[in-house]
Amino acid sequence: MPKVKIPRKSTTIDMTAMCDVAFLLLSFFILATKQKPPEVLSVKTPTSVSSKAAPDKSILITMTKDGKVFLMMGEDTKKNEIVDDFNTTRGLQLNPTELAKLKKTEFIGLPVGMLKSALNSNREIPANEMPGIPVDSTNNELSYWIKSITNAYKGEDLRKLQDMLLVKGDGEALYPVFKNIKNAFKANEIFKFRIVTEGENVPLGSELYKTAQTEKK
Amino acid sequence: MAEMDTSSGGGHKKGPGVKKAKKNSTRVDLTPMVDLGFLLLTFFVFTTTMSQSTAMNMNEPKDDPNQQLKVKNSGAMTILLGKGNQVYYYYGQLMPETISQDFKSTNFAGIRSLILEKKKATPIDDLMYIIKSDEKSTFKNAIDILDEMTISAVPPGHYAEVDMVDVEKMLIQKTEEANGIK
Repeated sequence: MPKVKIPRKSTTIDMTAMCDVAFLLLSFFILATKQKPPEVLSVKTPTSVSSKAAPDKSILITMTKDGKVFLMMGEDTKKNEIVDDFNTTRGLQLNPTELAKLKKTEFIGLPVGMLKSALNSNREIPANEMPGIPVDSTNNELSYWIKSITNAYKGEDLRKLQDMLLVKGDGEALYPVFKNIKNAFKANEIFKFRIVTEGENVPLGSELYKTAQTEKK
Repeated sequence: MAEMDTSSGGGHKKGPGVKKAKKNSTRVDLTPMVDLGFLLLTFFVFTTTMSQSTAMNMNEPKDDPNQQLKVKNSGAMTILLGKGNQVYYYYGQLMPETISQDFKSTNFAGIRSLILEKKKATPIDDLMYIIKSDEKSTFKNAIDILDEMTISAVPPGHYAEVDMVDVEKMLIQKTEEANGIK
């Protein structure tokens, strides 16, 4: 009987294709992930069962753990108009260079009285040293800012503005601070806004869970 | 006669004594590169935060003294948020005689079943949850209780946030002292 010859095959595989795939996926994921702006203010938001995604285009009011309030205006908002309006209505008397500087800042966390001097100084105040926008019931400067925001969006769909207004707060912040923020909105006749939360699953067996199940069927 | 060398190899001479240039393979082992690629890939996939933040709608009532909401005593449940994630509650109105029995304390784990119980026992038109937050309660508490309303499918308009009155503040303080909550 003739011997059956088993051809010996090399065990090395061509890795080029696999390498290509790996780097293709790598580059895809790097490019696909949205660049998150570096968070200067660390805030741990509470959770909620809400499943609506927070909009990117937003005017964000951040409340830190120690009760400081910051205002952040996104890229696509009428930031310039808002700052100009605030300058005129509050009588800040900022000169054009100061105004331009203020428009460029990422977030506002200073009381009105400190704005001008901070804009003139060369040293930038780090976020954790900023005192935040005062929201006390006696001196609620946040409501002035919201006033300027509503002025800038005057004549436009109020619902659109309400969709943009976000409050992001640290879970450990005390309730009165949040209440003051609510009052600032109320003072400007804004009764609807949104709260940024971390997503959470609907608890099994709860009413909401049941209704979601029946809707699915 | 002189002949042209037409054999392949250009001008290379063949034969013994002429060393053949060793042909190195141009293939590189790509395995480490693949390893590196996947390593980076997994790193990036894991480090990018998957959880996207969500937004919860918040509706505030207009402060209109002429339009005070009338709530039936039988359908009202007042939920009070205290410090240390404590929750206190009572049904209807606090009567001075039975205050110590009516004013009860619980926590966030227990409040859900209480909300549901009340919801099932009350005709929907009369149902009203009144939420009051203490000065020492946190933002998280306020959001959690609103979330509980959503979880128990309490229709909007059947719960409201109201300021706390002095009697309630006092009662909370007393209970906190008695329970040793700091």
